[in-house]
Amino acid sequence: MSETTDRIALLVKRGKINKASPFPPDLKEQDGADEQTKAALDSGAKPSEILDGCMKGMQEIGTLFSQNKVFVPDLLMSAKAMSAAMAHLKPHFQSGEVKRKGTFIIGTVTGDLHDIGKNLVSMVVEGCGWEIVDLGVDVGADTFLEAIEQHPDCAVGLSALLTTTMPAMSQTVAAIKEKSPQTRVLIGGAPITREFADKIGADCYSPDPQGAANYLSTAAA
Amino acid sequence: MGKISDMVKRNRVLISDGAWGTSLQQKGLLAGECPEEWNISHRSDVLEIARNYIYAGSDMIQTNSFGGSRFKLAHYGLDSKAEEINRAAAEISREAAGDKLVIASLGPTGKILMMGDVSEEQLYEGFREQAVALEAGGADAACIETMAALDEALCAVKAVQENTNLEIICTFTFDKTSAGDFRTMMGVSPSSMTTALIEAGAEIIGSNCGNGMEQMICIVKEIRNTSSDIPVLIHANAGLPVVKDGNNTFPETPEDMAGLAPKLAEVGANIIGGCCGTTPAHIAAIAGAVQ
Repeated sequence: MSETTDRIALLVKRGKINKASPFPPDLKEQDGADEQTKAALDSGAKPSEILDGCMKGMQEIGTLFSQNKVFVPDLLMSAKAMSAAMAHLKPHFQSGEVKRKGTFIIGTVTGDLHDIGKNLVSMVVEGCGWEIVDLGVDVGADTFLEAIEQHPDCAVGLSALLTTTMPAMSQTVAAIKEKSPQTRVLIGGAPITREFADKIGADCYSPDPQGAANYLSTAAA
Repeated sequence: MGKISDMVKRNRVLISDGAWGTSLQQKGLLAGECPEEWNISHRSDVLEIARNYIYAGSDMIQTNSFGGSRFKLAHYGLDSKAEEINRAAAEISREAAGDKLVIASLGPTGKILMMGDVSEEQLYEGFREQAVALEAGGADAACIETMAALDEALCAVKAVQENTNLEIICTFTFDKTSAGDFRTMMGVSPSSMTTALIEAGAEIIGSNCGNGMEQMICIVKEIRNTSSDIPVLIHANAGLPVVKDGNNTFPETPEDMAGLAPKLAEVGANIIGGCCGTTPAHIAAIAGAVQ
């Protein structure tokens, strides 16, 4: 790991977006992920060093989150810092100079309008190097299938907060597995359990975003 | 009738109501349907739910307005009907309540202030609109519930305070962390909630939803360590749902919950009711156990 990578990782982990951001208080008026990324690239750092820093920082905060040592606000600030750094990488992604690990399609299932959990998973998985295709909330099986057709090597994440939408999750998993058996399906949400995931034929259940990211990294390796 | 916060000082445990969402589903509410719209389209079903809680012995009942903020209603294209839907919610519960009290439900908007999803002014305006309509429909108190973030809860408290004469109840939903303490998903502990809500002027505080009665006993203890006199309301889930034969069932029976209710009162809860998975039978059993 380069010094640049470590510096970006620390800023992402601490949620230091840019110089103007007052958070965290002990880094007030110091450069954030935004300025430091720009400066590093200007002085010749490789885009991959920045991406590695984002991944390392998000991995660390995601792990602390799964251990209940930090909470949603910390994760959100880290994700914002990550986005600030990633914004500078956009041209390098487009040129193919840096690559993502793959595509992760995510959505909240039919009848469920909750997006906070889904968004947290998106942020952490993106931070671990995946491109996110966010289909939004109240997403039907057909919409997932269409997206899978466009991104054949993707993995899919389904979210549900309501106990009443768990049957829709079951139907969506069945539809995906029927049409595209090789596609890995991850599920999560407050009422979801490993037992339920096993029963409906999902490949992975995670109680927290980092678990999903870890599964994807292992499965993709 | 007076204020609820005065009534609890007379050393009697008051009984609130149980679940609305699960009751609506039993009456045919489908996944993806707007529960609050039933205040207009299925008035008699909603009225029956409210009445069943009064028959079960509730001293106060909620309103079918948990997702009645314009932000939630917008998902169904009903945000322009927020005033009508919330007023109807309170009118229905008022009709069922008779001489009992109506505590109007205001749930979270699903927007995170620190993410910049909405501005504080927009959030305030949403809660103001909802609270004013609920008061117009006959509510006695506002029950701001299932909160996780202090900034959103305090915004709701302020909107109710500055625009209505409703008594203010505010409850948060806590999970047990792996370290064994209680926090909301935004990291708020029962003690930090207590301090912030009392300072903001909430008259009754507490906790709702969550994972069953036993954990609520721990949460009330923590609230009581921070404040010995603020009235405390608890709406506990009948545990967390388990899937049984393809259906969700809640593990705690009326007897289970009633068995723990006296302990909950003993550690300092003044008002006890239920949340997800509780029924009029749960409420009747709890009332029998504590009164």
